[in-house]
Amino acid sequence: MSNLVKYFSLKEIKKSLVITLWFMVLTFPIMVIKVNTIENTVIWRWGYLAIIAIGSFILSTLWRYMMERKSLQAGKESKISLQQKLREMGEKNPRLKRGALAAVVVLVVAYPFATSMYQTGIMTTALMYVVLGLGLNIVVGLGGLLHLGYAAFYAVGAYTYALLHVHFGIGFWVSLPIGAGLATILGILLAIPVLRLRGDYLAIVTLGFGEIVRIILENWNDFSYGPSGIANIPRPTLFGIHFKLQQATIFIYFIMVALVVFTIFIVRRLENSRMGRTWIAMREDEIASQSMGIDITKTKVTTFAIGAFWAGMIGVVFAAKTTFINPASFTLWESIIILCIVVIGGMGSIFGVVVGAGILILLPEYLRAFSQYRMLLFGAILVLMMVFRPGGIVTNVRKVYRIDKEKTGEAE
Amino acid sequence: MVPILETKNLTMDFGGLRAVDNINFHINEGEIVALIGPNGAGKTTFFNCITGVYKPTGGDIFIAPDGTHSERINGLKPNIVTEKGLARTFQNIRLFQNMTVLENVMIGRHCRLSAGILGAILRTKATLAEEKKVVDDSYEILEEIGLTKFANEFAKNLPYGAQRRLEIARAMATDPFLLLLDEPAAGMNPQETKELDEMILHIRKNKKISILLIEHDMSLVMSVSEKIFVVDYGKLIAEGTPDEIKKNPEVIKAYLGDETDA
Amino acid sequence: MDLSYFFELFLGGMTRGSIYALIALGYTMVYGIIKLINFAHGEIYMIGAFTALIISSVLGFTGMNSILILVISGVLAIFFSSAYGVTMEKIAYKPLREAPRLSALISAIGMSMFLQNYVLLAQTPDFLPFPTLIPDFKFLKPIEKILNSTQLVILVTTAVVMILLTILIKFTRTGKAMRATSQDAKMAQLLGININRVITITFIIGSATAAIGGVLISSHTGQLNYYIGFIAGIKAFVAAVLGGIGSIPGAVLGSFVLGWTESFGTGYISSDYEDVFAFIFLLVILIFRPSGILGRSQNDKV
Ligand SMILES: Nc1ncnc2c1ncn2[C@@H]1O[C@H](COP(=O)(O)OP(=O)(O)O)[C@@H](O)[C@H]1O
Ligand SMILES: [Mg+2]
Repeated sequence: MSNLVKYFSLKEIKKSLVITLWFMVLTFPIMVIKVNTIENTVIWRWGYLAIIAIGSFILSTLWRYMMERKSLQAGKESKISLQQKLREMGEKNPRLKRGALAAVVVLVVAYPFATSMYQTGIMTTALMYVVLGLGLNIVVGLGGLLHLGYAAFYAVGAYTYALLHVHFGIGFWVSLPIGAGLATILGILLAIPVLRLRGDYLAIVTLGFGEIVRIILENWNDFSYGPSGIANIPRPTLFGIHFKLQQATIFIYFIMVALVVFTIFIVRRLENSRMGRTWIAMREDEIASQSMGIDITKTKVTTFAIGAFWAGMIGVVFAAKTTFINPASFTLWESIIILCIVVIGGMGSIFGVVVGAGILILLPEYLRAFSQYRMLLFGAILVLMMVFRPGGIVTNVRKVYRIDKEKTGEAE
Repeated sequence: MVPILETKNLTMDFGGLRAVDNINFHINEGEIVALIGPNGAGKTTFFNCITGVYKPTGGDIFIAPDGTHSERINGLKPNIVTEKGLARTFQNIRLFQNMTVLENVMIGRHCRLSAGILGAILRTKATLAEEKKVVDDSYEILEEIGLTKFANEFAKNLPYGAQRRLEIARAMATDPFLLLLDEPAAGMNPQETKELDEMILHIRKNKKISILLIEHDMSLVMSVSEKIFVVDYGKLIAEGTPDEIKKNPEVIKAYLGDETDA
Repeated sequence: MDLSYFFELFLGGMTRGSIYALIALGYTMVYGIIKLINFAHGEIYMIGAFTALIISSVLGFTGMNSILILVISGVLAIFFSSAYGVTMEKIAYKPLREAPRLSALISAIGMSMFLQNYVLLAQTPDFLPFPTLIPDFKFLKPIEKILNSTQLVILVTTAVVMILLTILIKFTRTGKAMRATSQDAKMAQLLGININRVITITFIIGSATAAIGGVLISSHTGQLNYYIGFIAGIKAFVAAVLGGIGSIPGAVLGSFVLGWTESFGTGYISSDYEDVFAFIFLLVILIFRPSGILGRSQNDKV
């Protein structure tokens, strides 16, 4: 921190002032003048100019400080990730680890009984985003494929349940695997045309794909009931028992807890498997991985398919939770929020996605006053994250294989 | 005996530029052969054509892993070529930077393994055994190449010379019958180059792998290779033993034109 | 077949195409220089249109001549859009020049979200009517249904911009530096070309043409909100890819092709799926000719 002092030298202050002036000019029309061409009014908001001035002065100083720190740290791998620290702590002290685990279990079980229905509902939403994040993390974080149409698979799951219910009266539990399966198939269908595309084209094409699915849902009234959507979708039952609203809320919460555990279990096993390694190799270098004998086609298809699986599954839960769906729930912004969870939490890291979903979904709920700034802040955070901490909050650590020379090769 | 790798009139055009021009090349089992020539002569492009990274615009490539039955491999995908037993390194190092050294080698083993998605999820006995074996095998390769102390480091954190060696380790993990090394000594100091020299000979002897080598370091080329092919402007201008090549006037002319590379 | 309807659609498509072209130029030029899809480029276009709206509303109270208002607000729109473009580059892209492409792309998406919500919060989420600043030309009266004054202004302005840009790129030192940089940035730097300057100029030009597009289209449709940049931006990007990203004539050609496709598609097939045409077009092109209509196919150097 001591070298922050040098930013108060005359030269640096001058720099900051120039930048401040620039931002005052830059933001002048949009920040200061508010027009309403319907009522023909113009409001001048000079106060905003002062806010911009003070804000940009502080931020520009901070920006240069952070930039310098970043360039000083470049090359040095001094940052130990949060995940690594926790892991080491757990290894040193197995009892602490067990204790912490037990506390988490108790907390998770007690949560819906200790809090209100409203809180339970929010937490359920957060858990849904954990699974969505973990699914997209396979594609973006591990596979390195920027996918901007993920919400389409989510929609497939939701509409699968809704339509199966409307037409055939099929229930939640049967729809759950069908929704996940259909999303997986759609994932494969999408993967095939985009196989040859480079990263940036892939982003646009997946975005287009997501939009196409949404536009079809909006316009094909005979199939999807159009923009008005489908209502009265039943909540999940347990062996044929129908719950009252409050019980159902708690029940869905526990379904989500189970699904999160299930997802983490599967994803953990996959990411350190033969297949999981190919995903990461593809992210690191497509040409090199092909030259090392990896079938890139197959690898792309598996990341898309397995990523889509989770979205389809959660789509079914979403339909059951809200009992009403329409295309407005599956816009591009939905895809981008899930992307934010992955990126901000930490690409490639399961723990990171959990943290990311917690921050991005729960914080705005509790900081209602800020909720209108949510997307603005997400956007800013995405940029700052990429510039200053591209690994996310929780930088991923790779599995350490222990090679026991005596018995040779005991993988952890 | 047929050559284990043979090209006939291999040609590669980029738009108007002919980077590889009707090259006839062959290497026999157990040989160490060097491919030399000034920068931009088309050596890397030659590698890329053989390994399926580029699809050659003309000519044929044959391999004969067992030394008897030859098979045409033009236009096969790189991963298939690797499965057939050709493995390569890259001139501009292309490691998986954010994977550990051990994992880099494990990726090399990938095409010799069979575990699928269900095996991974259920952790079947076969999968666990295979995983254990791949760790052991990869570690063994690291021992051979002398990289065990870095096993759990990220590849990007390795010193330059070690990165070059890891490229070789990763290629060897694919169980090739022919190893193609693209400027393995580039950027190495004399000590490292000497070690590399020994390593190449060791690989041939112990692993029964033939080696095709692109290299600018003439002392390395002359000391390890039995045969040298020289290309210039995409054309093969000479072939022969190191002694023959040293005396060849065409070669001397090509190199005098571009002395810095010699 | 109704011929006048056909011409209406044809010129309508050409108008759309012109706007796409004005935006697509920014995508294709930036891509040519720094190999990045500037996701936030559509927002620059939106900010240009919004700036023009704000300035023209303020000037409207002075009772100034409407053509003068159009010129002043247009010029200021160009200035502010360029300023936003340059600032955006310095903050979100410059620090990531050496970073993996994925990082820069995500940064661009973040920038796009930020700018959209910035305008939404500072101004309004609602559609605002955009004043009619372009006068009605008398001589167009007979064919009004097929071509109105605004459309004519759009077509002419686009043509002028394209000609000026061609001259700039073909015949000036700056243009030469830009071409060299897009061929091989490292080499250009070694030869003494100031890459940072080239990048800044590229962002200025791209933003300026986008601003012109924004002002023109808002005059044409008569309304705007904070979201207009997004869809227009994506479509212009599709147009750039269609023509072959990195190629300026390609961007123009791709834009017209897309404009006509949409115009005829919605006119003769169905208007519900207007936005789908662009994406389907994109998919087909990328699968069968990934380098676009005029782009050169390329082997990545290994
Ligand atoms: N993908 C490509 N596209 C266009 N030209 C290429 C490509 N790859 C290589 N070249 C050209 O082919 C020639 C041979 O290059 P290369 O094989 O890398 O030479 P060497 O490895 O012998 O130094 C060079 O002129 C190079 O610019
Ligand atoms: Mg080379």
